[in-house]
Formats: sequence, C-alpha cells, structure tokens
Amino acid sequence: MTATPEVVSTTPRQAGGAKIPWRKILTTIAVILVVIFCLAPVMWQVLTSFKVNEDIAAVPTVYFPTRYTLDHYIELFVRRPFWRYILNSAFVSIVSTALALTLGAPASYALARLRPWGGKVILAGILIVTLFPGILLFIGLLEIIQQLGWGNNYLALIVPYTAINLPLTILVLRSFFEQLPKDLEDSARVDGYNTFQMLWQILLPMTLPALVTTGILTFIFAWNEFIFALTFITREELKTIPVAAAQLGGASVFEIPYGPIAAATVLGTLPLVLLVLFFQRKIVQGLTAGAVKG
Amino acid sequence: MFNTKTIRGREQRTAWILIVPALLMLLFVFGYPILRAFWLSLFTQNLGTRLQPVFSGFDNYSRMAGDGRFWQSFWVTIIFTVSSVVLELILGLAIALILNQKFFGRGLVRTSAIIPWALPTALIGLAWAWIFNDQFGIVNDILLRLGIINTGINWLGDPTLAMFAVIFADVWKTTPFISILLLAGLQSISPDLYEAHSIDGATPWQNFRQITLPLLLPQILIAMLFRFAQAFGVFDLIQVMTGGGPGGATEVVSLYIYSTVMRYLDFGYGAALVVVTFLLLILAVAIASLLLNKLRARTSGTT
Repeated sequence: MTATPEVVSTTPRQAGGAKIPWRKILTTIAVILVVIFCLAPVMWQVLTSFKVNEDIAAVPTVYFPTRYTLDHYIELFVRRPFWRYILNSAFVSIVSTALALTLGAPASYALARLRPWGGKVILAGILIVTLFPGILLFIGLLEIIQQLGWGNNYLALIVPYTAINLPLTILVLRSFFEQLPKDLEDSARVDGYNTFQMLWQILLPMTLPALVTTGILTFIFAWNEFIFALTFITREELKTIPVAAAQLGGASVFEIPYGPIAAATVLGTLPLVLLVLFFQRKIVQGLTAGAVKG
Repeated sequence: MFNTKTIRGREQRTAWILIVPALLMLLFVFGYPILRAFWLSLFTQNLGTRLQPVFSGFDNYSRMAGDGRFWQSFWVTIIFTVSSVVLELILGLAIALILNQKFFGRGLVRTSAIIPWALPTALIGLAWAWIFNDQFGIVNDILLRLGIINTGINWLGDPTLAMFAVIFADVWKTTPFISILLLAGLQSISPDLYEAHSIDGATPWQNFRQITLPLLLPQILIAMLFRFAQAFGVFDLIQVMTGGGPGGATEVVSLYIYSTVMRYLDFGYGAALVVVTFLLLILAVAIASLLLNKLRARTSGTT
C-alpha cells in the first residue's frame, strides 16, 4: 500500500535491500477475498436473524444494528415445532449413517480384498450411481413408498438416504482397506480367525478413523437432502429442517417472515458448521478418497 | 454355485455374503426406480386416465418432441449447467492455488473455504433469495450506495437476472467442492518439478501451463464430471430461490419433472422425462469417462 515509485523501479535488481514482498501482499489480499466470499453470505443471514423487524425492513440497509433480538428464534420454537424438525433431521441422518456404514463396510472390504466374481462390474455400477440426481429416482420411490404404506414414516427417508450414501461409503472405505497392510489379515488367518471374525474383531477397530470420516460425510448428505424429504413427508411433525425452513411462509405472499427464515437457516446450518470446524481434515480426506480414488 | 472345497471358492462365497446386503439396498433404491421409469414411460397415467396406467407405446416420447416447455427447461438446464460448471472450475482452481500457498492461519482459511459446500442447499437458497431480495436485499443496497443503479433491481423477478442469481448462488455453494479436489491434486505434485523447471528459466505462468495444469487434469475432469451431473439434476436451490420462475425462466428439467408428477399428476409423461434425462446423463458420463481413460493411458504411457 505504501509502494513508492523508487522501490518499484529497483525491482530488476534482485538483491535490493528494501524489496516489497509483492507475493506476500497479493496472497494476503487473495486469502482475505476468499474468506469474505465464503463466509459473507452466511454471516449476513446470521446478522439478519438477530435484527429487529424494523431494521430488517429498513431502507437503506442497516449494517450495524444497535438493537438485537432473539424474537425470531423464540418464534420458531413457540409458534412452530422447531424442536421436532431438529430431532427429525438428527434422527434420520444418524440412523441412515449407521445403516450405510453397517451395509457398506463389509461390502467395501469384500470388494477391496476378496476379488469377488463380478466385482469390477459392481464397482463401475456404484461409480455411475453416485452421479444420479434424486429427481431420477423419486417417481419409482414414491410408488414403492405408497405400496409399502411408508408415507409419513421415517423409513421413507431412512431407506433412500442409506442407499444414496452407500456408494460414497463403499468407495471411501474400499480405498482405506486397500491401504491396510495385508500381513495383518494373513496372521489373523494363521491364528484361526475366519473372515467374519477377522472383520469384526481385528479390522473394524482399525477402521474406526475411516468410519468416522465416512460417517461425517454421509451425515452431511442426509441432513441436507431435500427432494425426498419434500415429497415423502407431508406431516408437520415429521418434517426435516431444510423442508420446514423452505416452507416457512407468512400469512400472505407479501408478508414473508425474513427474520424467522434467517433464524431457521442459522439453526439448520449450525450443526454442519460445527462438524466442519472440528473435522475439516477428515472431510477433505473423505471427499478426495471418494471422488479421486474411485 | 460356489465350489466351497477350494479356498478360492470359499473366499468367493464370503465375498458375496458381505456384498449382497449393500447390493440389494442399491438395487432397491437406484435400480428399481430407473427400470420402473422405463416401463411407466410406455403408459399414459394421468388425471385423464383417472390415474390408471393405459398402454400408449411411445406416445409420451412423441409428445415430448413437441413440448415447448420441455425444450425450454432443457435449454435452461444446459445454460445453468455449463455456466455454473465453467465458473466453478475457474474460481475453484484459483481458490485451490491460493489455499496451496503458505500463509498465516492457513488451516482456518481452508476450513472456512469448505463451509459453503457443507451447508444444506435449500437453506442456502433461502439465504441467497434474501440477499437478492428486491426491496431489502443487500445486493441492491450495495449497488445503490456505489451509485451503479438508481432504483432497486428486481433480481428474482427478471428472467435473465433470476438466471444470473441462481447461477451465482450455485457457484458459491459448490466451488468449495472443486477447490477441495483440486487442492488435493496440487498437494500431490512434487515441488521438485517446479524447481527443476525454474532452473531451466521457466516463468510462473509457464510453470502453471506446463506442470500444474497437465498434472491436475485428471482431478479437473473428475470434478467436472461430478459437478456436471449434480448441476444437471439441480433441484433444491432453484426450487427454493425462484420456484422455476419468473415465467419458467429458471425452470430446469428436474423442476419440470417434479411439477409434471406432483402438480399435474402426469406419471407416465413424468417417467418419460426421467428416462430421457437419465439417458442424457449416461451419455455425458460415458463421454467423460472415455476422455478420462484416454488421459490416464497417456499419462501412464509417458512416465
């Protein structure tokens, strides 16, 4: 910022004493821009959620409000069953994550180590399936759910969420099993373990870090899912946060409750922000293992 | 089926016992609905047939050929997909290059760079709808203060601007995914390569063109493939931000399918739309993986 023309003119002389660290300055500016780009929209929603209604609807916009309020949050819990939404989201996400790991871990071990007949075809299928958007599945699933009478039942979400998370689970865990030293299994066999005992008693404890990595990702995906939750659940007490928040409406189109919507956004994103803060490294590991190694 | 007398045979049986539960789950949720859509697409099943399926051959498909709303949604999808993927790729690469530098607080910055990706798209859609709000939105306020505009713009009420807004929101939401993948790729490139190249007198730009880009190409293609499929099937973001409006300007194929089935209860036609979308997606994936394989063969051939 304090660039004097004199210094600029000496740049060709590499060994200049007072050389401005351009690279460092540019990097710093770029880093600040990245942080603003990534966080500003979220921060704006956080700020909105604490503003009083007059400040929310003020023109020109109030950037630094003098009054703050918790009313919008209180309204969510008093006038709507927001606890239920949170519990629903948490329940569905946790159960489907557990199921995806339970089904995915053995399958990924088999695909990594036991060279099953047709394994390559299954893997290719799994890879393709990760690319399917939910819209391709919802008509068929809707029929199944109607036939089984699963409408307005947690199962209508748990089963599809488990399945849409299985491909990623299998890909990430498979790449983990492939990296494990084979000696371990060989010595377990020498000690008389069969495959199931070995998986359960020896490999599973070692897999714990990978299971956590995968579990975080599947939890995020389940928590964020929208189209199935919108279609298969219509009862208010069973709705998940994304759907409930998107359906927050006022008495009329002209009366959109911006404050409560912002508060709902904050509450619905908070668990995920915490996950990212604590498990940033694992999330990155899992995503790259799932996408690149596959 | 398996010869359990041999070790290999027993191994095969164990492998399949371990795989079958997951496989059944996948067939149930992915396999059946897709096949079912193929089957249903040959029937007319809507309010006109009192929701009873009546075989009608390829009627649904010929109807699609003349369905202006379908073609419009198709083009909207293409525009949305291509522009958001291209923008995300450029921005994602830039962010990955920045995050790969050494600077103070790098861990924290990397963490904040993941946040947009991790948050629920539907909620993010609400946040962006608020940011682009015509009366109280912050975008209008900033532009007014800077003197770029004189009156507030109705961002989500204008066909072109609404498209711009949803693409912008999507770029914000999914650029982190690309930067994560590309950053991992960057970290796997040995610094020795750059050093050797620099000794030969290469400029940073030449370094980028001749080392970074070629070595990053597999990751770029994979990221593009994933993002292409996701953007092609985008639903929640647009449903929440514009609902497909104004006047269908942001109605992508998935929104059209959704309202065909859920609003007009036209199951047969909806299934036909699903089939066509599915086939287009498979075609794109096939082309992309062909390219990827060629690339892999080339890079492994030279080293």
